[in-house]
Amino acid sequence: MTSSPALLLMLGAAGVPLLRGLPRRVLMLLLPVAGLVVLWLLPEGPGAGIALFGLELTPVRIDALSRLFATGFLVAALLTTIYALHLRDPLQQAVIPLYAGTAVGGALAGDLVTLFVFWELAGLSSAFLIWAGRTERSYRAGMRYLVAQLISGLLMLAGIALRIQAGEGLAFGYLGLNGPGDALILLAVGIKCAFPLLHAWLTDTYPEATVVGAVALSPFTTKLAVYVLARGFPGTDLLIWVGAAMTVFPIFYAVIENDLRRVLAYSMINQLGFMVAGVGVGGALGVNGASAHAVADMVFKSLLFMAMGAVLLRTGTTKGSELGGLYKSMPQTAALCMVGAASISAFPLFSAFATKSMIMEAVGQEHLTVVWLLLLFASAGVFHHAGIKIPYFAFFAHDRGHRVAEAPLNMRVAMTLAALICVGIGVAPNLLYELLPHPVDYVPYTAPHVINQLQLLLLASMAFTLLVRTGLYPPELRSVNLDADVVYRRVLPRGWHALSHAVTRLRRALGPPLRHRGRNLWSATTRPLRPEAELATPWSTHVMVWWAVFLLGTVLLLALL
Amino acid sequence: MSDDHRPVDDDRELDDRRWLDEPRNVTRIVYGLAVLCALALLADFFYTKHPYFSVERWPAFYAVYGFVGSVTLVLTAKGLRRLLRRDEDYYEPSERDRDDE
Repeated sequence: MTSSPALLLMLGAAGVPLLRGLPRRVLMLLLPVAGLVVLWLLPEGPGAGIALFGLELTPVRIDALSRLFATGFLVAALLTTIYALHLRDPLQQAVIPLYAGTAVGGALAGDLVTLFVFWELAGLSSAFLIWAGRTERSYRAGMRYLVAQLISGLLMLAGIALRIQAGEGLAFGYLGLNGPGDALILLAVGIKCAFPLLHAWLTDTYPEATVVGAVALSPFTTKLAVYVLARGFPGTDLLIWVGAAMTVFPIFYAVIENDLRRVLAYSMINQLGFMVAGVGVGGALGVNGASAHAVADMVFKSLLFMAMGAVLLRTGTTKGSELGGLYKSMPQTAALCMVGAASISAFPLFSAFATKSMIMEAVGQEHLTVVWLLLLFASAGVFHHAGIKIPYFAFFAHDRGHRVAEAPLNMRVAMTLAALICVGIGVAPNLLYELLPHPVDYVPYTAPHVINQLQLLLLASMAFTLLVRTGLYPPELRSVNLDADVVYRRVLPRGWHALSHAVTRLRRALGPPLRHRGRNLWSATTRPLRPEAELATPWSTHVMVWWAVFLLGTVLLLALL
Repeated sequence: MSDDHRPVDDDRELDDRRWLDEPRNVTRIVYGLAVLCALALLADFFYTKHPYFSVERWPAFYAVYGFVGSVTLVLTAKGLRRLLRRDEDYYEPSERDRDDE
C-alpha cells in the first residue's frame, strides 16, 4: 500500500494524548513536517490501487493540483500546531493533526469513495474543536456544525452512488454537471464551501469554537471544498455567479457584525467567493488563481484568526463593542494582525495581491463586466471589514482600558511565521506560481495593477476615515444579526413548537366531545346485540319454521323463474 | 512611539498616554492619508492603461469606485442593521450570563 501523509498524520494523532509535556510537543510538531517530507518524496501519478468490495480505490494520487493543496494544508497544520503548543488539552491537540490529516487525505484522494471517507472524517473530527469549549453553548453549536457536515456527506454519498449506478465509475476527475448525481455532489460541496443560503453553519459555528479551534477550523474544510470544485467543476458557468454572490453579500454583514471572529467568518465566505468565481471562469488562469488564492487564504485567514484568538485569550472577548486600544498591551499581536489584514486586502507586497489578482485577470479576459464590477466592489469591501475594521476596533478605536499581557510566545511565533509566508508570497509570488497546476503566464507587479490597487484601497480607507470621523460609521453594538441560520435556530424550532402546541390544543378541544360522541354511537349501534336486546332473545320454533319455509320458497321461486 | 508626558485631565495613568492618544496626531495621520490619496490620483497620469473594460479608461476609475463603493457599502449596511439587528440573547442566553448563574 502506498505511504500516505494523511495516514501518517491521523495515526500520529493517536499518539498525542499518550504523551505529555515536551515529547507531546515534539510529536505534534514532527507530524506536519514529516507529512510534508513524505508528500514531496511521493512520485507523481496515481499510487497503487486497492480493491475493496469490488470497487477499485486509489487512496493517493499525486499531481500538481493535489500536491499544492496538500502542501497548503500541511503548512497550515504546522502553523496551527505551533499556535496550540501552550494548551494543556490533549483533545484539541490530538484533533488538530487528525483533522489536518483528513483534509490532506481528501486532497490526495484519487477516487470518489476515498474522497467521501475523508470528507466525512473531516466533519466528524473538527466538531471536537467546537465541543472543546466544554459549555452548553459550545455543545449546541458543535451539534449544529456536525449536522451541516453530515448532510453534506450524505448528499455526496448519494451523488456518488448515482454515478456508480449510471456506470460513470469512481474516478475523481472532472465531474461537470451533466451526469446523474453530479448536482448532488455539487450541492454537498456547496454546503462545505458556504454557497449563499447554505453558508449559515459557517458564520454560526466557527466563532463558537475555542481560541485554537477557530484557527484550526479556518484553513481545512472550506479549502478542501474549493479543491473539489477546482478538480471536479472547473469552467461551470453557474459557479461564476455563485462566487460573485458569495463575495458581495457577506461584506454587508461584516460591517455591522460585532463579534470580530464572526466578521472573519463572513470575510472567509467573501474570499471563498473569489475562489469559486475563479473556478467558474475555469481555464488555466482561473483554476490557477483559485488554487493560489486558496493557499494564500489558508495562511492569512489563519493569521487573522490567530490574532483574534490571542485577543480572546487575553481579554475574554472578541466583541468590537468591548475592545479597543489593545495596541498598548499587545503591540506585537497588533502588528502581526495588520500584516494579515494587508494580505487579505491585497495590498502590494502582500499575498492576495499576487493571488486574487489572477482571478480578477481571468474574469477580465472573459469580459464579464458585471461580475468584474461586483468582485472589485467586494475587494474594496473586504478591505473595509477585514483590512480596517478588525485591527481598528480591536487594537485602536476607543481605549476600553484592557491592560493585558502580550500573547503567549508560541502564538507569536506562529503568527510571525504566518506573516512571513504572507509577505513571502507577496514579494516573491513565483515561489507559489511554480507549484500551481498550470504553467503561469501572469505578472502581478505591473504599473497599472499596482497603481490601480493602491487607488482602490487608499480611497476606500479614506472613505472609512471620513465615515468614522463624521460619526456616520455604524457603531459596534452588542447584538446579533439575522442571517440564514434564523431558519434552523428560530423558525424551524418555533414552527415545530407551534405545531405541537396546536396539536395539543386541538386534542384538548376536540378530544372529550369526540370521545363522548363515539361512546354514544357505539352504545347505540351495539344496543340490539346486547344479551337483553331483541336480537339475542331465543326464537320460538314456529317462527323458525315460518322463516325456513319462506326462504326455501323464495329460492324455489327464483329457480323456477 | 514617544510617550507624551503632558499632564492630562484623564483618570488613566500618565504612562499610558501614547502618541496616538493625542487627537492632533490622529489628524496628522488623516492628512497623511489624504496626501497618499492625492498621490495615487496623480499617478493616474503616469502610466499606460491596458484595460479589459471601457470603464477602466475613465480617469481615476479605481479610486472613485473604491470611495463610492465603500461609502455605499457602509451606509447600506447601516440601513440593513435596522432590519437585521436583534438582541444578543436572541437565540440563547449569552455565555457570560450563563456563567453567572
